This record gives sequence, structure tokens and C-alpha cells, in this order.
Amino acid sequence: MNDMSRVERQVDTKEIKLECRDCQVYYGDNHAIKDVNVDIEDKTVTAFIGPSGCGKSTFLRCLNRMNDTIDIARVEGSFKLDGEDIYDKRVDPVQLRAKVGMVFQKPNPFPKSIYDNVAYGPRIHGLAKNKAELDEIVEKSLRRGAIWEEVKDRLHAPGTGLSGGQQQRLCIARAVATEPEVLLMDEPCSALDPIATAQVEELIDDLRSRYSVVIVTHSMQQAARVSQKTAFFHLGNLVEFGETGQIFTNPEDPRTESYITGRIG
Amino acid sequence: MPILWLILIVFAIAAVGFFLGRSRALHSSGGDSRGLHSLPFYYGANVALKTAVPAFGLMIIWLLVQPLYVNSQVSEMIPDSAVKEGSSRSLVMAEVRRTASGLNNAIAQGHLTEDMVNNARADITDMTQRLKDAGQVVTAEITQPVLRAAQSYRTLTSTGYSIMNVGVILVALLGAGAGWLQTSSEYRARNVVEQGVSVLLFGAASIAILTTIGIVLSLVFNTWEFFKLYPATEFFFGTTWAPSFSGRGGSSSLGIIPLLWGTFYISLVALLVAVPIGLFAAIYLSEYASPRVRSFAKPMLEVLAGIPTIVYGLFALLTVGPLLLGVFGDEGLGWMKAGTAVMTAGLVMGIMLIPFVSSLSDDIINAVPQAMRDGSYGLGATQSETIRQVVLPAALPGIVGAILLAASRAIGETMIVVLGAGAAARLSLNPFEAMTTVTAKIVSQLTGDADFASPEALVAFALGMTLFILTLGLNIFALYIVRKYREQYE
Repeated sequence: MNDMSRVERQVDTKEIKLECRDCQVYYGDNHAIKDVNVDIEDKTVTAFIGPSGCGKSTFLRCLNRMNDTIDIARVEGSFKLDGEDIYDKRVDPVQLRAKVGMVFQKPNPFPKSIYDNVAYGPRIHGLAKNKAELDEIVEKSLRRGAIWEEVKDRLHAPGTGLSGGQQQRLCIARAVATEPEVLLMDEPCSALDPIATAQVEELIDDLRSRYSVVIVTHSMQQAARVSQKTAFFHLGNLVEFGETGQIFTNPEDPRTESYITGRIG
Repeated sequence: MPILWLILIVFAIAAVGFFLGRSRALHSSGGDSRGLHSLPFYYGANVALKTAVPAFGLMIIWLLVQPLYVNSQVSEMIPDSAVKEGSSRSLVMAEVRRTASGLNNAIAQGHLTEDMVNNARADITDMTQRLKDAGQVVTAEITQPVLRAAQSYRTLTSTGYSIMNVGVILVALLGAGAGWLQTSSEYRARNVVEQGVSVLLFGAASIAILTTIGIVLSLVFNTWEFFKLYPATEFFFGTTWAPSFSGRGGSSSLGIIPLLWGTFYISLVALLVAVPIGLFAAIYLSEYASPRVRSFAKPMLEVLAGIPTIVYGLFALLTVGPLLLGVFGDEGLGWMKAGTAVMTAGLVMGIMLIPFVSSLSDDIINAVPQAMRDGSYGLGATQSETIRQVVLPAALPGIVGAILLAASRAIGETMIVVLGAGAAARLSLNPFEAMTTVTAKIVSQLTGDADFASPEALVAFALGMTLFILTLGLNIFALYIVRKYREQYE
């Protein structure tokens, strides 16, 4: 937790990117998320922590309507991205997901070349007018994913041939390539070794300068290292939401304190 | 004593051995099963296995070897003079065997007595007449040497069986005794039984493999015979297929190319029908269909795979053929002369292959990890973009494997071709003409009354061998591709 001082320095009010009010999620009869209110700030890393099955991943998947792909999931409440409800009938979930990118727990590069993996999003959304522009987007994204130097000589090698950490950074580069405004990360480091984790964490800190990042993590050290805001979920409820430094040093709720000191979870 | 009795006796000995072994084991530990190395059941099973396995092994080997031995003994007895001009020793031996079984049946029916049959000076004409009276098949007048041979054939066989009965029962008793003596609380019966079971399983697996080897060998030898009678170059490169059943050898032309072309053409049409429809059906079922539709539609589609191919053949002959003739025949476009054509057989075969392609592809598409789809949706791709650009490329090797398996099925298909495509071997590009395939010709070459030693009949084995190598190659290629695909995600 030697980064705590740096984290605390970053605390200042920013405009709200994503405003979530009275959110409920049901999986069939199971009430998975209860009355959650969270404000995701722009150019900030927000961490969701909590024990397994507490609903943090479910809530994350509401933010880009990924729960739409699950038949039995039902989402209620208001989610406003820049003041617009993302669950409005006029909003195309496909367009929304281009704006709210997502990186998954396990690196999931497509069985294509590194280049095609990154070019996938821009091609689908027609972001490049010609090949040169596409090349530029791919290079820029790979640089932002902090993986350009490692792969620039083998862009046409399969993405599945990279190491776990490289694959995850490739997936981040792939998500960045569509120029999202918010980047959701669902336990992005849980399948990685400590060195790769350190690289990805460093990358997340860099990404903060452009995007609003939401990260779900099981590691409280990681939340403390990379985030400015932390939300603690327990049994589908949002127990506490506030500055990371405050949550980890002086939590208000006894449940939060129990969790971060290792007594529950 | 019939074999069935022998089998029952061995089983009875094994059952008695089981209980004796079990009780001896319990006895040796003073009635407490905790003092034993293994559960009491294993001691019993150990004795039973040691009884039954060697006994049945001896019986099977004896049953295989005895006829060979008796045949060679009896065949030595037949003097060369008894083998007529233009006949062979094996034909005489067949007559001997027939007479011997005729004698057996005649005794069983009471027309002859054991003494009369075994009487070396029996009157030949009388014997023949009595056999005919008993309703036994006698091809010609039985000659003296044949009767002699038949008599000794009978005695040798029955002595052989008696020795076998005694031997098998003896081995069973010895095995039971040995197993029983071994039984003590220290004996590791569980390990021995498990080893025995694994040997049994190995035996079952090797029967399948040995049978395959046997089939291949019989194909190879007969093909070899064929190539001794007919030049291989003409077989592989000849462009006409015109077997003649009257002549011998040279008057037939047996070129495989028209048949291979027919096989290839019909399979191609079939795959052109089956691959798109099957693949689209698989994509719908695995990606778009709701669970309810899927649970109903998938079994329905697989019912197609359960229809016997002869029914498809009838469908081709009675429905599809006339239908096509109506459109492309003389009254329509005028391209088609008769209902049997490449198109008819190909279309129906394609329908038959749809479930193969769809069912295999469906499994393969389902095996593409959900993480791939999530990754694509997370980037803002629609469902169809995800399927086209992520799911299908990931599943492609497996789908290719499925298509190759369907292709080897198409190449080996017979009944639909016989009924749907006609019997004319022809090299033509017109899909509305009748053609035929390798398999259909194998049937027609072997169902005639041709002599089995003639090239016209032996060519069937060469055709079968060619077909076998083709489909084997395709299957190996398909399995190789499917396996390579599997390694990608594990």
C-alpha cells in the first residue's frame, strides 16, 4: 500500500460520467442487485470490491448492457451516461458498447492475428477511411495498451500465441481501439501472474488520463493501488462508496471494515 | 454333448468356485472380513475368473483349430484319382462335409443307424438312396472314397469334441482348484481380479481391431488375385466400364475412372445441398434459436439421420426423380431423359447428409467459448457480426472436419445411388444423365451368378479397396483437422 499517498493526492471533484440510481437486477427469481446508487466520475478509476457472488460483476455488466445477452436477467433503475438513459428504447446496445468498452476476466483474444484483433472494433464501426488510417489506429491502440514494443514486429502472428499478460494487454488495446468513453474491467488481472499484473495496473493508471475506468477486483491491494474511488458490495447491496483512501483507512460501515481486515469474504 | 451344455457346466463350476473361494477366505481370517486383504467378493471372483477364463479360452481355440485339423487329415485320405478332371480337392472336400452332415441328420431322423453309417463295407447305392429318402441334399452319386472320407470325418469330429469336453471341464476344475488353494487372508485378490478385468477389456478392444485388420487383409488378398488376372494400369486408368459375364478376362474392360467420376459427381451435388443447409441450420440452432425451439428442432433434424437409406432411395426413385423429370425432362427444359440421374441421387443424398453436417457443426459452434462472443459483444459487435467474424472462423476447422466426414459418408453411400442414379457407368458433365458409383457397381458385380475366380467378380474387391483407401484417407484427414482444432482452447 505504498501507493496510498499518491492515490490520496488525486482526490478532487470531477464531472460525473455515469449516474446509476435505484438499480435492481434479477436473475430469474434471484434478486442479485438491490437499490444500488453509484456515480462514476470521468477520468477516474473506480474499483468495485466485495466477496464472491456479491453482485459486483453483475452490476458492471449492467453498465454496457452485457446482461442483455443473458435471457433470464432483468435490469431496473436508471443508468445515465452523460445524462442519457442507456436503457432507453432508442439506445442501440451495440452502439452503447462501442462507447462503454469492456475487458474480461480471462484474456479472450479472437483466433485472429494481433492486427486483426485490434482492428476488429474499428472495422465494425467503420472508424477508418482507409488502410493507412486503420494502421494508425491499430498502432495507437497498441501503444495505449502498452504492448506495441513487444508485438510491432509480429502484428500478423496469431493473438492466441501471446503470453497471458500480453493477451490481456492486447484485449485492453482492442477495447481502446473503438475510442470508448468508459472502460469496464472485470477482474482483469485474476488470470495473470504478479509481473503481468503490475504491467496491467500501470496501464490502468495511464488510461485514467483519457477514460473513466471501472474495475472489479478481488484484490484489495489492487483496488488500493489503482483506484481513486471504491465501492464495497455485499450480498447484492452497495455497502459503502467513497474515496479509496477513506474506505481503506477509515471505513464508516462495520461490514466494510470486517471485509478489508479479512474477517468476512 | 452340445456346446451349450459345456458352457453351462463351466459356469456352474465357476459359480461353485465363487462361493467356495469366498467362504475359504472368510474362514482363513476367522470369519471377520476386516482381516482380509480384499473384500470377500474378490476372493470368490478370483476363483470364478480362474475357472472360466482358461476353460473358455481353450474351448474357443479348440473350436477354431479342430475343423482345420480334421479337414487336412481327411483331405489326405482322398486319393488323387477321386478328384475328377476340372474339379478340385476343395470341391471334393465340400462334398465330403455335405455327406458327413447328411449322415448325421439321417441318424438323427432314424433313417440310418450308427452301425450302418460306420460300416466300412456299406453299400454305396443303398446309402445314397437312404440319404435321399431322409431328405438330405446329395448332389451326385456318392463314391466310395467320398463315403470313406465322410465316415472318418464324422469320427474325427466327434472324437475331437469328446476330447474337448473332457479337456475344458478338466481345465475349469484345475483353475477352480488353483484359485481355491491360493485363497488366504494375505492373498491380494482385489488386485488380481482388477488385472483380470483389464485383460478382458483389452480383449474386447482388440476384437474390434483384429476384425478390421481381417477385413482389410481379405480385401488386400482378393485385390491381389484380381491384379494377377487383370492389369492394374487398365483398371486405374481405363475410361470404360464394360464387364462381360460370358467371356473371361480380356473381353471385359474394367476401368475405374467412370465409376470414380460418378462417385465424385454425385457426392459433390450431395455436399452442395447438405453443406449450406446443414451449416445454416446449425448456426440457427446454436446461436438464434430459443431453448424451446432448439429442444424441439434438434431431435427432429436428427430423426433424418435415423431413416434407413433404402427409404431415401425410394424417395429418390418415386418422388424426386419424377419431380425433376417434370421440370427438366422432355415436357420441360428437355435436359433430362429419365428420372434416374446424378441430380436425383445427389439431391436426396444431400438431404440425408444434412443432419450429419448440422449436428456436428452445432456441437462445434457450441464449443466456441462464450468468452469469444462476450469479447465481440463488448466491442459493440452485433450478433451476426460476431457469428461471421469470430464464431465461424474459430469453429472453421471443426466444421471442415464435419464436412469431410459427411463427404466420406456420401462416397460410401449405395442404396440411394442404385435407386436414384441408374446403373450406367458414364463419363459426362451433364448432371441430368444417369451415372453410377463405385459402391453401386460392387453390388452389381457380386450379385450376379459370376464365378468368384473371374476378374469380373474379383474386381469388386479392387473397387472396395480403392473406396476403402479413399474414405480412410478422408476420415484421417477429418480427424486430424478436428483434433488440431480441439487443441486451440484447452
